Amino acid sequence: MTEWEAVIGLETHVELQTNSKMFCGCPVDFGDEPNTAVCPVCLALPGALPVPNEQAIEGILSIGEALDCTLTEDSLFYRKNYFYPDLPKNYQISQYTFPLCVDGRVDVDVDGEPTTVGITRVHMEEDTGKSTHVGQSGRIHGAEHTLLDFNRAGVPLVEIVTEPDIRSPEQARAYGTELQRIVRAIGVSDARLEEGSMRFDANISVRPVGEQKLGTRTEVKNVNSLRSMQRAIAFEITRQIEILEGGGSIHQETRHWDEAKGMTRSGRTKEESEDYRYFQDPDLLPLHIDEAWRDRVAARRPELPAAKRERYMGLGTDRRNADLLVDAGDLAGLFEEAVALGADARNTGIWLTGEVVRYLRNEGVDVADTGLTAASLKQLSTMTSDGDLSATAAKDVLAAVLAGEGTPREIAEARDLLQMSDSTAIEAEVLAVLDEHPDALEKIQSGDMKPIGFLVGQVMRATGGKADPRMVQDLIRRRADG
Amino acid sequence: MTDLADLTIAEATAGLRSGDFTAVDLLGAVELRAAVSESQIHAYLTLDREGARTAAEAADQAIADGDTRPLLGIPVAVKDNMVTKGVETTAGSQILAGWTPPYSGTAVKRIEDAGAVIVGKTNLDEFAMGSSTENSAYGPTRNPWNTDTVPGGSSGGSAAAVAAGSALGAYGSDTGGSIRQPAALTGTVGAKPTYGLVSRYGLIAFASSLDQIGPIAQTVPDAATLLETVVGWDPLDATSYHGDVPAISRSLDAGVAGVRIGVVAELAGDGIDPDVLAATRTTIGQLADAGAEIVELSLPAIEYALSAYYLIAPAECSANLARFDGVRYGLRVDGATTEEMMARTRAEGFGPEVTRRILLGTYALSAGYYDAFYGQAQRVRTLLRREFAAAYDQVDVLVSPTAPTTAFEIGSKTTDPLTMYLSDICTIATNLAGDPAMSVPVGVGDDGLPIGFQVLAPSLGEEVMFQVAAEVERLAGFNDRAKLATSKVVAP
Repeated sequence: MTEWEAVIGLETHVELQTNSKMFCGCPVDFGDEPNTAVCPVCLALPGALPVPNEQAIEGILSIGEALDCTLTEDSLFYRKNYFYPDLPKNYQISQYTFPLCVDGRVDVDVDGEPTTVGITRVHMEEDTGKSTHVGQSGRIHGAEHTLLDFNRAGVPLVEIVTEPDIRSPEQARAYGTELQRIVRAIGVSDARLEEGSMRFDANISVRPVGEQKLGTRTEVKNVNSLRSMQRAIAFEITRQIEILEGGGSIHQETRHWDEAKGMTRSGRTKEESEDYRYFQDPDLLPLHIDEAWRDRVAARRPELPAAKRERYMGLGTDRRNADLLVDAGDLAGLFEEAVALGADARNTGIWLTGEVVRYLRNEGVDVADTGLTAASLKQLSTMTSDGDLSATAAKDVLAAVLAGEGTPREIAEARDLLQMSDSTAIEAEVLAVLDEHPDALEKIQSGDMKPIGFLVGQVMRATGGKADPRMVQDLIRRRADG
Repeated sequence: MTDLADLTIAEATAGLRSGDFTAVDLLGAVELRAAVSESQIHAYLTLDREGARTAAEAADQAIADGDTRPLLGIPVAVKDNMVTKGVETTAGSQILAGWTPPYSGTAVKRIEDAGAVIVGKTNLDEFAMGSSTENSAYGPTRNPWNTDTVPGGSSGGSAAAVAAGSALGAYGSDTGGSIRQPAALTGTVGAKPTYGLVSRYGLIAFASSLDQIGPIAQTVPDAATLLETVVGWDPLDATSYHGDVPAISRSLDAGVAGVRIGVVAELAGDGIDPDVLAATRTTIGQLADAGAEIVELSLPAIEYALSAYYLIAPAECSANLARFDGVRYGLRVDGATTEEMMARTRAEGFGPEVTRRILLGTYALSAGYYDAFYGQAQRVRTLLRREFAAAYDQVDVLVSPTAPTTAFEIGSKTTDPLTMYLSDICTIATNLAGDPAMSVPVGVGDDGLPIGFQVLAPSLGEEVMFQVAAEVERLAGFNDRAKLATSKVVAP
């Protein structure tokens, strides 16, 4: 039986959160009444001309820089020609040869297995307007009329294109997640798939393992979460393999992911491939990015997710918690503050990504709205490592801290949760229990260790759970040996 | 007393400042002239009487307050591909019939800010595509020198208005000769500045890498004044030049002693009418006598300029004119689907020459043809730039005839586009190079119609170009005006 290998490349569009549109001064604001954030330029009135938005260019350069791309010295703008009612100029200003950034990489990790995804190019585009088809079906066919809103027309977009380096749906998702983290870390977009500020198109083909030639690919669109991207790719791989194993062939086409049905559907197949008649836009001169500009972009590069993750792991958190902290922006800040005060990184990481995240989600509040501070995390950490607080008790205390009941020590004292760490007091309790159960002591002394657990339980009961179980066990063993 | 409509801008400015007449008087004379000439030449598509009156009154107030802006109170005309807020702008096309822009272009704003009085919008070949103003959807403009002939084009309306005195100066746009060729055919002065010197914001695009706004006037100094009003960097045009503007009028009186003048061999023989060539040679002789050093130069790539132009300009226009789709403004012809509506609107809205160029350009950019056509044309353009640059290492300016013939008869070239395209043979190369060039009238041909002499200069070489042009004007001593029949209204 043939063993198959999937070859996947991703194209990602990210909407940049700039103050104004790509080529005019109109605000980028999606909440406005239709056709209010428009001007002669983005409505393509006769005579209007585009002027590139420096903030958008810098945003794109920052993304390229973060993806280890080479920044092009003289980048060119092109016109991509096609007629569509919501495309005001009936051409889109885009890039073709000499895009802003080329040849980058993203390192991802699936279950401990690292892969490098090559980045072919990162380039600038402008968004189109929005068509609303009014009629029974809500689709263009059979619509009675179409309403157009040009508020979105000309909003800056960045397109990030990978090499066909991805081999599994899991890798695709890991890449998507990492890219989202990077874009958010740079702060140029909120990169939300549900709201369309980040969109993925996946090019997928399969081939027998060992084959060098690429199979015919399909392009899957309309995935609106990273999870559905993974599902869509998995579905498409299976579909293609089934067709090929059944002796059929793959049609090069665009397929749409149907989330409800969990499958991809064929889009309209085009009889002929579209000819966009790309040519350099004569309204825009080549964009010269000099060394000073490149240095400026590099200097502004924030700590990227990969570096931050590595640093957290160096402090003692495990990879999963490090990822979770990197994703949870404000908690990462609290984490760093607490660790700087001397809190244990591993425990702090576990608390923040476990108990705290759960509490915030259940209560629907931000961490700033709670009583949790770096200082209280540090105190909680110290109490735990000193043996004043059991792991279970620590979680209860943390919940109370979040609820604003006080500092960890205040709460532990008020609730009588402090462990007995005074060894003489515990030793007295141990002796009392051993006296009550001489048979158990004998068994241990003869090499049967089973009763230890029972004896610890008895001591814990006698102390109301406040003895440190480790210390109790230690004392019992010592007594038996002695 | 001279009719105020026949004054130069310099004379009118002097009269306004000394209080001989008011801006309202001047506007009245120009409007009276238009009333006589329009029925004969049809230079205007729209006369903005109300706007002009308001501007003239404001100018009079400003003059009274001691304001001395150079164009204050001067009635000027602007080509109808220049967007004017609140005044219908059609670019000579049916597809924009009735379109009233919500904004003004940068050049128009600068003209208004200078205190000039915009009389109206002048006729043009549809979207500036043509060399005779016969391609206007609103009917042709006629040459005031002989109303059976064309005024040239595409800025034929602006040139005819200045020649007829229905404006003291005018603005046109030049993509392949559209200011200089009509200036030559109407006995006026016309200049195309260096690409990027005048903002294109608000100029309805024909070919974006070639289009430039420029002046048409009675005299070289007037043209300089008009040009100085509109030059300078504009943040709204990414191709506008962001540096020091040339001192356009500084050397108008400097003469040509010691100036090195190159005669372009490729534009001094084949395809040029003998009377035009003779007038050109006479002028060159006068320049030599005045102390200029004359050098004959060859720019072989000029031979390919016309072919390259007719690939690059249509390619750009095929995209530039895509926005006229019936969706947002202008003409809309309904259809069963959106696609059909767009197709019908464009089929009905564009005239034959515009349609021809859109098709030509679309073809030239198509996959599989791009390199052979558009790519090759861009290589010719690079070659031309190099040849011009090399020529300007040897000389200060180049000279040639502006047009190969004097004004031709209406309808004589409309059936053969190629013959029509050849009327731009002397002007087109400069646009491809991005350099400035201007036309100065030097005499009349065998038919009694004006002949233009072209002065070409390197990029940002406007100062020496105007210096030489001013001397050509003095040497030629050509002061004839078009003589339109005036009796038609005077004695009914």
